[in-house]
Amino acid sequence: MPQIPYILSVVTFLPLVGAGLILLARLFNKAGADGAARWIALLTTVVTLAVSAVLVATFDPSSAAYQFVERYVWFVGAQYHMGVDGISILFVLLTAFLMPICILASWNTIRDRVVDYMIAFLVLETLVIGVFTSLDLFLFYIFFEGTLVPMFIIIGVWGGANRIYASYKFFLYTLLGSVLMLLAMLWMAAETGTTSIPALKEYAFSAEAQPLLWLAFFASFAVKMPMWPVHTWLPDAHVQAPTAGSVILAGILLKLGGYGFLLFNLPMFPQASQMFAPLVFTLSVIAIVYTSLVAFRQTDMKKLIAYSSVAHMGFVTMGIFAGNDQGVQGAVFQMLSHGLISGALFLCVGVVYDRMHTREIALYGGLTARMPWFAAIFMLFTMANVGLPGTSGFIGEILTMVGIYEVSTWTALFAASGVIFSAVYALTLYRNVMFGEITNPAMKAITDVDRRELLIFAPLIIGTLWLGVQPGLVLDYTAASVEALTTAYRAAIGG
Amino acid sequence: MDLVLLVTLGVFAPLLGAAIVGLSGRRLGDLVSKSITTGLLFFSCAVAWIVFSQWTWGGLEAFTVELFPFINVGDFQSVWSIRIDALSAVMLVVVTSVSSLVHLYSWGYMAEDPDKPRFFAYLSLFTFAMLALVTAADFMQLFFGWEGVGLASYLLIGFWYKKSTASAAAIKAFVVNRVGDFGFALGILTVFWMFGTIQFAELFPMIAARAGTGWDFLGHTWSALDLAGALLFVGAMGKSAQFFLHTWLPDAMEGPTPVSALIHAATMVTAGVYMVCLLSPIYEYAPVASAIIALTGAVTALFAATVGLAQNDIKRVIAYSTCSQLGYMFFAAGVGAYQAAMFHLFTHAFFKALLFLGAGSVIHGMHHEQDMRKMGGLWKLLPVTYAVMTIGTIAITGLGIPGVGGLAGFYSKDSIIESAFASFTNGHSAMGLFAFFVGILAAGLTAYYSWRLVFMTFHNKPVWKDAHHDDHAHDDHASHAHLETHDEPLADDGHAHDDHAHHGPLKPHESPLVMLVPLLLLSVGAIAAGFVFAPWFIGDHEHGFWRGAIFVAEANHVLHDSHAVPTWVKWSPLILTLIGTFAAFWLYVLKEGMARRMADRGGVVHAFLYNKWYFDELYEFVFVKGARAVGDLFWKVGDVKIIDGGGPNGMAWLSRKFAGGLSRFQSGYVYFYAFVMLLGLAGFLAFAIYAWGA
Repeated sequence: MPQIPYILSVVTFLPLVGAGLILLARLFNKAGADGAARWIALLTTVVTLAVSAVLVATFDPSSAAYQFVERYVWFVGAQYHMGVDGISILFVLLTAFLMPICILASWNTIRDRVVDYMIAFLVLETLVIGVFTSLDLFLFYIFFEGTLVPMFIIIGVWGGANRIYASYKFFLYTLLGSVLMLLAMLWMAAETGTTSIPALKEYAFSAEAQPLLWLAFFASFAVKMPMWPVHTWLPDAHVQAPTAGSVILAGILLKLGGYGFLLFNLPMFPQASQMFAPLVFTLSVIAIVYTSLVAFRQTDMKKLIAYSSVAHMGFVTMGIFAGNDQGVQGAVFQMLSHGLISGALFLCVGVVYDRMHTREIALYGGLTARMPWFAAIFMLFTMANVGLPGTSGFIGEILTMVGIYEVSTWTALFAASGVIFSAVYALTLYRNVMFGEITNPAMKAITDVDRRELLIFAPLIIGTLWLGVQPGLVLDYTAASVEALTTAYRAAIGG
Repeated sequence: MDLVLLVTLGVFAPLLGAAIVGLSGRRLGDLVSKSITTGLLFFSCAVAWIVFSQWTWGGLEAFTVELFPFINVGDFQSVWSIRIDALSAVMLVVVTSVSSLVHLYSWGYMAEDPDKPRFFAYLSLFTFAMLALVTAADFMQLFFGWEGVGLASYLLIGFWYKKSTASAAAIKAFVVNRVGDFGFALGILTVFWMFGTIQFAELFPMIAARAGTGWDFLGHTWSALDLAGALLFVGAMGKSAQFFLHTWLPDAMEGPTPVSALIHAATMVTAGVYMVCLLSPIYEYAPVASAIIALTGAVTALFAATVGLAQNDIKRVIAYSTCSQLGYMFFAAGVGAYQAAMFHLFTHAFFKALLFLGAGSVIHGMHHEQDMRKMGGLWKLLPVTYAVMTIGTIAITGLGIPGVGGLAGFYSKDSIIESAFASFTNGHSAMGLFAFFVGILAAGLTAYYSWRLVFMTFHNKPVWKDAHHDDHAHDDHASHAHLETHDEPLADDGHAHDDHAHHGPLKPHESPLVMLVPLLLLSVGAIAAGFVFAPWFIGDHEHGFWRGAIFVAEANHVLHDSHAVPTWVKWSPLILTLIGTFAAFWLYVLKEGMARRMADRGGVVHAFLYNKWYFDELYEFVFVKGARAVGDLFWKVGDVKIIDGGGPNGMAWLSRKFAGGLSRFQSGYVYFYAFVMLLGLAGFLAFAIYAWGA
């Protein structure tokens, strides 16, 4: 496998270069700018995917250490410090994997300000990958907060009718978290004299400082996940976002929260993590049970899937703070798998929305008769969403439940009840949209998925099934890093 | 050919068929699709019989083929494998035999359906999941197969997706099974943390040492193995439709009849029984869990039999009969006679598949009529179906003379009843006596409803001949029966399924050969499976046959003692069966029409039985309406009023108050955000400069 020098910087900033090329293209050829923007964006994201594939292939999964480290003093002590471990590298891959799909999904549906749209997505890709590759507080903060700007723009410009309210809610919650996180970061840098994340992981914060720092980071990441009760921005954001925006939001941006817990809360504040674990478990099972029941009653497809995302993220937070191998491995797996499944489900909604321009469940029904291929694809991802064994959705759920059982059987009991609720809302949705007679005359002429749409779904289908049967593809990569994390955690809490 | 390779191919052949036909069935066409799936199934069936005969007569040793790793996190290790031992050999034969015959039968039964490739792909997919279930070597693959068959069941119940009742029944089946799986999953987790493994081969030897120890769960200390056993049994209750979790099975009859025969009679619903027998190493040391199993099984056996007395839909009668027979299997396992449970599973597969496919032949011949009140006198027109249904009925009622012999059900059912009695006399099970009395009582009820079915369908006055004025009376009756979704004529499902488009007078007809051949082959099983295999499953060769696949503790002499029960015990099932048979004969043949008049007059008991003890109404009220109400409460009050009202909307109100209008705030928020972020960066920078003294 060829080694690519500065590979992390390459994979991070390649999309930004693509964005620059799109601008250039517009400068030279205004008339063909839209077409050029589409092709440049697609090409850039595919090349980025290829580079991240090389990254993964040249990574040594047996080591828990950060690899491909790049470290330069940037200015005055703040460092350009990048590196990936077995956890973050897979999020880089997930991001690079979903981006070409997003570009393709927007190919025909976005007709307005295509150039800006593609640039927004490419900038977003750089920022998201940057979150997963940066190892410096300063750098992390820039990328982490920076992701919101293109996301706001995507929702605010290409969103639905009520996009202003949605963006406002999104903004308000996020702001609250960021301010607290920033204060905590400043305090930490002052206390330790370093902004290096690996160094901070080694540092033993005092028992008095930990709870406050923990809460500050928690506020930011809990909003991102989102955890109950700061989840209500998500359904609104999804409903208003264009299809590809929802895919990125559910597929990647939500994972920033879980990734943050694994990067900061658990390793840096172990005592506080243990202390607050019951709180996290409580919020997690509320998320699983409460939002599943809310999802059951939704009348808008996207809202339903958004609520189901909140429920699935409940398994992630529960697994992370279980603090054992199965819990954390399961949480990471669940995040990656949910990236594929929820992305695919939003694409499924996009397929029917593009044709019928409504997300109202009651207006659908009987589509199976007209759309057999779509019926099969939607069924597959519905089943993956309910965690059917053989799909990737199962692995994360069962592993996080294995993990939590050791720590709290009550939590395991409620989490396990989630498998019932998810079946209720997911199958009800499927029934109402796909089964029955076609009653709405507008649906009589609906067409099945076309080649472009099949091309979009194909990698997601393969990923979901493959990871469901051979989860080792992911688990072998995360094993060493997770083990190092949990071992350190257990040592710190004296367990 | 190497047996390992052969077995592997046999297990995966149905998956291959499902994949090919599922992906390109419409391009391949009906004939190719049917041929591929059915051909591969017969191949699997041949492999299964090779394995089974090698096991029974060829001295084959148990072995496990490890294919590739599945989940591997710490001690939580699972491997995709094919485990061959006595239990899986029996199940392989049952599953592939019934499945291949059902595939063949469906050539005829589904002949007019436009969606044949999908149907055959689902059937084969089901078969693969079932094979994965029975050959699992650890809990994760078991769970994979367990939910996989649930998926196939869901897809096949809802096969006629345009029918609202079918898709509702499909969801009900999946969700009720999920309730079971909820317990099952917790059981698996309990086993894992108790023993540090989910591999059967590692787990089973460790169990004895654990007997009598405690385990903390939900803040309470329980008897460890009883807790694990009971939780795992919840899964079995769901899959095998036991009391409380049985409500999905009758509704599952919405699926095409070959599906009912394969999944909801012969194979999938027996997975719970198989699981309990497989986990006999746990249950042998879990007396409380075993007692729960015996009690649940006995209650189900009796409950379902009583409901079966009053149903008029031919498939529902057989569905409740299945439920009841599964109850027998469970209480056999619960009192410690796992071999008898497995034997009944084996014989039941043949005669119950026969009864279902026979009912399918009747339905086919009656042009999709399922109401027995509209049948009658069919024996002349459907002679072969009549003959095989009679054989199936004799087999299920367990008619036979103790010491001499009988059809299949006689051997297995009497063994169960005698084991229950023996477990009482030798003090092995607290539930033994109860199970015994339930067993003989339910045997009488079984005889009654099984013969009632035959008499109503094949004997008596042919009601269908003067259908128009009888239809009227029926409609009156149907208005009471608000739950009988089947009273809606099937032709109304808008499906091209109804081939014959009967406008003229109804002419019932015998089924084509492709349907009759499976019936005849299953009849052979229903006749012979008992006396041929009794010595191996429960008789003298029992020990050599099971070879450790079923674990029986030293203190458990139930099966041995069951051969030595008093004579009155041996004869009592026969006496009850004869009483039940005669009662049916008297009410439905000698006093023809009397039962109908009694039913029409109603009465509390009839209404109670006819409405299945009102379980559906209760569950609808508590769970379905409850979930809707709570969901609405959480959504409209929790999320909208409290969280949004207090959070973002409250903030908006505040900002309006202080910033002078929401609009200004909204238009500027992106910039405001960017500004805050910049402030943050500036703060960072300022600090950095300060801290390192640039």
